[in-house]
Amino acid sequence: MAKVLMKGNEAIGKAAIEAGCRFFFGYPITPQSELPEYLSEELPKVGGTFVQAESEVAAINMVYGAAAAGARALTSSSSPGVALKQEGIGYITNADLPAVIVNMMRGGPGLGTIQPGQADYRMCVKGGSNGDYHNIVLAPSSVQEAVDMVMEAFDLADCYRTPVIILSDGLIGQMMEPVDFHYAPKRELPPKDWALTGKGDGQKHMIVNLNMDAEDCENHNIQLQKKYVEIEQKEQQWEEYCMDDAEYAFVSYGTSARITKSAIDTLRKEGYKVGLIRPKTLYPFPKEAFKGKNIKKYMDIEMSMGQMVEDVQLACNDVNKVVFFGRCGGIILTPEEVVEFAKSVIGGDK
Amino acid sequence: MVQHDKRITIMTGHYGSGKTEFAVNYAIKLSQFSPKVTLGDLDIVNVYFRSRERKAQLMEMGIDVISSSIEGDSVDIPAVAAITSPVRDKSTRYIVDLGGNDTGTMVLGRIRPLLDLSETDFFMVVNTNRPSTSSPEGILKEMKSIEAASGLKVTGFVNNTNLIRETTVENIAMGDKILRQAEGLSKVPIKYISYVEEVLHEPLPKGLSGEPFPMRFYMRKDWM
Repeated sequence: MAKVLMKGNEAIGKAAIEAGCRFFFGYPITPQSELPEYLSEELPKVGGTFVQAESEVAAINMVYGAAAAGARALTSSSSPGVALKQEGIGYITNADLPAVIVNMMRGGPGLGTIQPGQADYRMCVKGGSNGDYHNIVLAPSSVQEAVDMVMEAFDLADCYRTPVIILSDGLIGQMMEPVDFHYAPKRELPPKDWALTGKGDGQKHMIVNLNMDAEDCENHNIQLQKKYVEIEQKEQQWEEYCMDDAEYAFVSYGTSARITKSAIDTLRKEGYKVGLIRPKTLYPFPKEAFKGKNIKKYMDIEMSMGQMVEDVQLACNDVNKVVFFGRCGGIILTPEEVVEFAKSVIGGDK
Repeated sequence: MVQHDKRITIMTGHYGSGKTEFAVNYAIKLSQFSPKVTLGDLDIVNVYFRSRERKAQLMEMGIDVISSSIEGDSVDIPAVAAITSPVRDKSTRYIVDLGGNDTGTMVLGRIRPLLDLSETDFFMVVNTNRPSTSSPEGILKEMKSIEAASGLKVTGFVNNTNLIRETTVENIAMGDKILRQAEGLSKVPIKYISYVEEVLHEPLPKGLSGEPFPMRFYMRKDWM
């Protein structure tokens, strides 16, 4: 299929449909509103259901219901809207149900701005709901990657019976880029023999959230942790850019990583041996990428005040090796200021 | 040639057609010929990539920019400022950059009663790589909904077929083929064929419709 030019938000909507999603529940918020707008047009054409819910809280709980019935369901929002969804995300996680949640991040905290940001790392990667849990978190750096990751997210969600978050930002959502759509599942997906589809002559299924017994609840937590061990072993994804001979490495994801790549091109021309580790999965964080690397300093670049720093410190196992530069509140980094920061770190050590 | 277009040039089109990049380039080109150029950013649809983001740069080039009277990048309310004065001021060339689709044209309701149609062009910017305008039928459907919402008739097409940095001359030629069919059906002429010079590795083929209109990226940063 020839490439088409699509806005990130629309392309994600189309990718969801291509991946078999037939249920969307959401509520408008800038800068992701084109996603529900697109799906409100396109989902009915394929027999799907679009619901503009009365609130984000309602929307995520509708996802919970659809997921319990075995459907591929999607919701999307932007930072403060995703904050509202946290309770439902925790419930879906606890119920071992698959779902995909798109967060087109904007500047925060609170209502913040409508400009792009990356300050929801902690909320989405560390978990904004209660309890011992994780969600798989994918961080696209282009519209094409957002498409591919949305398709993979539905598979990951079904494979592990867990919510998957697409943690992107307003710029990817609003940006037009050429894309194509090839849904090719890479994983063997288990049958949804747990779904609530009406008992009929079959077995009784139950999906519960409240444990009546503390021991049962602990056992369920132990099962969840086993799931996370498997996810951490199998699902780390990252990209390396100019890392072969790098002595200093940037660590950056999403839009920041694009800007950082541009900075690397400039620094390389001036003889600086710099590279980039770009996490594509934020949970599981790609710790494997840091193994065996002989890097003098890791330069974490984000559009936040440094929410990923601790993960980089853990991954390289050296608190003192990690330095940070970022902008926030909706300010987009420039390659020039990343170059300047790198030079201040590297000094004359070319 | 831009200097021979009508005094008021309104840019419309499906959202994502590249209206704003074309409008900004058009204003800059026009400023080389006209002593007074005003660009009205009447985009009440988009929240990012609005021509007002380049206001300082355009003002330095001598182009007056009108946008929301409520300053701030984070304002996404449909507020626009003194958009009527350049309609009355016959000494200025006025370029109007609308938001996308029929929704984006609604803002024209404010200036529509004041417009002298004999001095107004209503150009529809088309990128045939956008799914909804990838066929002559799609283009005409979009055109009709824009005309219905605006109360204006499209007076010219701009072939802005592109895939950003992946644009090829073959791609532009394909856009030309589709848009010519739309031209045949609608009798609306193709006025310009626009392209960003830095991304094309070959010259445009001969025989394409519309006046070649080379552009630069003003709205898209190098790393995008």
